[in-house]
Amino acid sequence: MKQFWKSMLKSPSGVIGLIILLLAISVAVFGPMLFPNSPWRMVQRPFLPPFTLSSVPLGTDALGRDVFAGMIFGARVSLLVGLVSTLVALIVGVPIGAMAGYFGGKVDDALMRFTEFFQTIPSFALAIVLVAILQPSIYSIVASIAVVSWPPVARLVRGEVLSLRTREYVQAAVVTGQSNSWIILREILPNALSPVIVLASLMVATAILLESSLSFLGLGDPNLISWGYMVGAGRTVIRQAWWITVFPGIAILISVLGLNLIGEGLNDALNPRLSREGR
Amino acid sequence: MILAAFNLIRSPSEMLSFVAQRVVKGVIVLLAIVVLNFFLIRLAPGDPAVVMAGEAGATDQVFVKQLREKFGLDKPLPEQLFIYVKGIATLDLGFSFRQQAPVAKLIGERLPATLLLTLTAFAISLALGILFGTFAARFAGTFLDTGITVFALIFYAMPIFWVALMGILLFSVTFDWLPSFGYDTVGGNYTGLAHVIDVAKHLIMPAMTLGLFFMATYTRMTRASMLEVKRLDFVKTARAKGLSDAVIQRRHVLRNALLPVVTLAGVHSGTLIGGAVITETVFAWPGIGRLMYDALLQRDYNLLLGVFVICSAMVLIFNLITDLVYRLVDPRIEFAS
Repeated sequence: MKQFWKSMLKSPSGVIGLIILLLAISVAVFGPMLFPNSPWRMVQRPFLPPFTLSSVPLGTDALGRDVFAGMIFGARVSLLVGLVSTLVALIVGVPIGAMAGYFGGKVDDALMRFTEFFQTIPSFALAIVLVAILQPSIYSIVASIAVVSWPPVARLVRGEVLSLRTREYVQAAVVTGQSNSWIILREILPNALSPVIVLASLMVATAILLESSLSFLGLGDPNLISWGYMVGAGRTVIRQAWWITVFPGIAILISVLGLNLIGEGLNDALNPRLSREGR
Repeated sequence: MILAAFNLIRSPSEMLSFVAQRVVKGVIVLLAIVVLNFFLIRLAPGDPAVVMAGEAGATDQVFVKQLREKFGLDKPLPEQLFIYVKGIATLDLGFSFRQQAPVAKLIGERLPATLLLTLTAFAISLALGILFGTFAARFAGTFLDTGITVFALIFYAMPIFWVALMGILLFSVTFDWLPSFGYDTVGGNYTGLAHVIDVAKHLIMPAMTLGLFFMATYTRMTRASMLEVKRLDFVKTARAKGLSDAVIQRRHVLRNALLPVVTLAGVHSGTLIGGAVITETVFAWPGIGRLMYDALLQRDYNLLLGVFVICSAMVLIFNLITDLVYRLVDPRIEFAS
């Protein structure tokens, strides 16, 4: 573990990514405590340009709502949706991949055809259809993002399990009569973890992009303010008020960039052999 | 490339059987998507007939009754499924009550615009991505490489809708260089070459917006893959043979390094369609992505699911094409496998 942090902190992208993520998480957790004003409340005249009033640093939108407050509350939604939907995708994808890789044969065939099927469907289009049919809410958004993002997890885990299954220590566990589930959970999966962690960090980034795109199209949770919703709402007035669309977009860009950098840093730290090949 | 084409001519029957196999597989997947569609409609709260008819109040009782009869909604579920699949197999995607037109006709009208947009974006992203990636790999570790890598990382992290809006803000609002919406100038009445130029002007921003994200991916992929191939033995052999650096880069390194890029392009076809939905929405580009957004706003589920089926079919076709290209480019694979 100590070794891991050491190599993680050695990679510049990993360090920058970690700093960005920590910043984003603290904004999401503590921000709303410091800014108790609801982001939906009218605080000033509409279309107040940024940097004119220190109480409303980033100006107001078409309804006089504080853009800065919206960005702080939006951080909560973006990060939460990103993390939870990735978690759900892992909960679906890891067992499917592990079973396919471990049992092989017909089980593998069936599970992989199923996975390939979901991989062929255009993911964003499916996410749109799912949220529209289930009615927009934070639950339907998390569910639809998870539905479109688990297949790569399953394929990755299957590949790892396939190569680990034939290792001697796994054979030893089979010979000593351990149950299949015990072998998968205790012997195989812990060793297949590092590539999954790398993939998961990139998935959180993709999930944040997906959520913001859904909200932008008007499929966000109507009770929660999010960055994508803010950009979507500012779209029609972009000629009068550029700041309503510019700032929330920068927030999305920075958080996604941070998570991608963490993914690179993790990759360098967990798969030193692979990363050296890359350069 | 000539050799690859020769491979293709030498084994046309093997290629045909490969294509036939893939088409059969594609049809099965498409069928599964149609079945998924059938159950999705039933996932929505309320009577399927009312759901298909669209938003509450958008339709009348007569139409709902017609739908109920047409889809046999009073019959058992398996029979309903059969009727539904049969309808789609004969290209009957239903009727959009909101637009007062058959769904298939609506999609058919919009398809060319989407193809123009996605294919242009795809060509831009692939050409620029390979170009930048090659440069970055060629000058690995230098300032140029760092610059390209950082730019690729940033474009990779930008949401497409935001890139689109920033493009409008910069090139339409601030500089007034490019039109911010539509397919051609309304009331322009251009003909011939003037019309082509007019459409091209409208196409630049949407195509660049959609292309930039993928360009970033292809840049990163080309760079990593070129650096990897560069160290392989056959490149050393080529160098030992005394071939010039330019020839080695082009014929040996680039050609092999492009294989993963082609695979990636196939994987990305679905994302490309998803990106088109957003790009077309922002730029009011009259394609099926914009149609999907309109269907979404009006909760016109029949139209929404119709577009979804067609999008999936497009992805399947695109995947088949990339598979064929892969076999053309890859010197190692022959159709016999």
